[in-house]
Amino acid sequence: MLNVRVIPCLDVRDGRVVKGVRFDNLEDQGDPARLARRYEREGADEIVILDVSATAEGRVARFETVGRVRDEISIPLTVGGGVRTAEDAGALLEAGADRVAVNTAAVERPELLSEIATRFGAQCAVLALDAGAVSDEACPSGFGVLTHSGKRLAGLDAADWSRRAAELGAGEILLTSFDRDGTRSGYDLALIETIREAVPVPIVASGGGAHAGHMCAAIEAGADAVLAASIFHQGDWSIGRLKDRLQQLGVAVRR
Amino acid sequence: MSAARVATGPDDVGIVPTGVANLEAVAAAFRRLGKTPRLLDSAAGISSAAYVVLPGVGSFAGGMAELRRRGWGAAVRRRVEEGRPTLAICLGLQLLCEESEEAPDTAGLGCVPGRVVRLAESRRLPQLGWNRVAAPAGATFLRSSVVYFANSYGLEAGPAGWTAAMGRHGSRFVAGLERGGVLACQFHPELSGKVGAGLLKRWLEQSPGAAAAFERRAPRSTLVAAC
Repeated sequence: MLNVRVIPCLDVRDGRVVKGVRFDNLEDQGDPARLARRYEREGADEIVILDVSATAEGRVARFETVGRVRDEISIPLTVGGGVRTAEDAGALLEAGADRVAVNTAAVERPELLSEIATRFGAQCAVLALDAGAVSDEACPSGFGVLTHSGKRLAGLDAADWSRRAAELGAGEILLTSFDRDGTRSGYDLALIETIREAVPVPIVASGGGAHAGHMCAAIEAGADAVLAASIFHQGDWSIGRLKDRLQQLGVAVRR
Repeated sequence: MSAARVATGPDDVGIVPTGVANLEAVAAAFRRLGKTPRLLDSAAGISSAAYVVLPGVGSFAGGMAELRRRGWGAAVRRRVEEGRPTLAICLGLQLLCEESEEAPDTAGLGCVPGRVVRLAESRRLPQLGWNRVAAPAGATFLRSSVVYFANSYGLEAGPAGWTAAMGRHGSRFVAGLERGGVLACQFHPELSGKVGAGLLKRWLEQSPGAAAAFERRAPRSTLVAAC
């Protein structure tokens, strides 16, 4: 049986890990390679690096950071930030990524997902879906898609978009609740359930997870993996202790 | 990592670039084991390298097209048939088989009897994450453990003539194969933490024929590039 993955996320800006609330007020959390090494030792199942300023600055995630983290870890590495073409994705793979996450560019040009999936396989094409609760006729699921690090509403329904993305070849949805990001108030379970019904591919729950209870609820809502950032960076939970607790709650995790 | 034409030696791990894959992750895993991986750029290089890795990310048709375009299929097939140290990863294992449901019109290398099929739709695909592998007691390299998978396709049953480790994701599939110095993994040893590193180390150290091949050769300092 497939274990539930526990994934620390490194939001990177200017080569440093940062973390804020609702994608804003970013504060320094340390060196990405050092943190990634620590998380692997603690039992992380995968590392996600999101270059949070890449799209705004019109560039791809920093290869130097990706290479430094790759050298330190022997677990999967997913990288996102500013990927606009299959060539950008290939360059990140060459730098040391195993999988590539796309958000803004896929909303603007959905074929990007099929281009990446065709060249590198569906397992390589991760849709980073930033969603927020909206009351808008264009979003019947109640959740809308956000781009540009949460700064713009795309005018797309989150369920419709995730379904289309999976059809185009996305092999996983990295589902971040904008409303919960950095708030430690728990994952948005209604959002997870909504996307769960829409797609047949794995879902990574992100945004608001602060303890094992939150993670257990996200898994029951349909998540295949749980992602968190500040609770690991700031030492509230080591990944080992979190996995102990998840196991006590009956969740299958890798030990 | 460069495609430098260097002499082969006991530290020489050659990686077959089957299109763009996560080659850097594979190379980093071998560097951590003290090896000096390089990209192979010729059929002769595939034949002469002490250790050859056939990595795989992408599609069955794309991987086979690349091997055919470069004229490398026969060199890989010969290594596998002779049982020389060869590691196939993920799509690499599938390329060794006869055919795949993913690309019915494309012939595989045919070293491993059997057809690759799509995994059962009763579970989420692709299979992404850490899953259990059950290895037989007599295996040289493979061990029962939890390793990292990223696949939607797999070989259904253990092929005749190979030692097979099995996994389950909805239905049973072949998680790993070994014969002589050949190790084929449906999972990613380079991404499977300490367990994966241990497997790569056993393959490097215990491949039958690896040490013997060096003894037959001239000292490393006098070797010239076999390109």
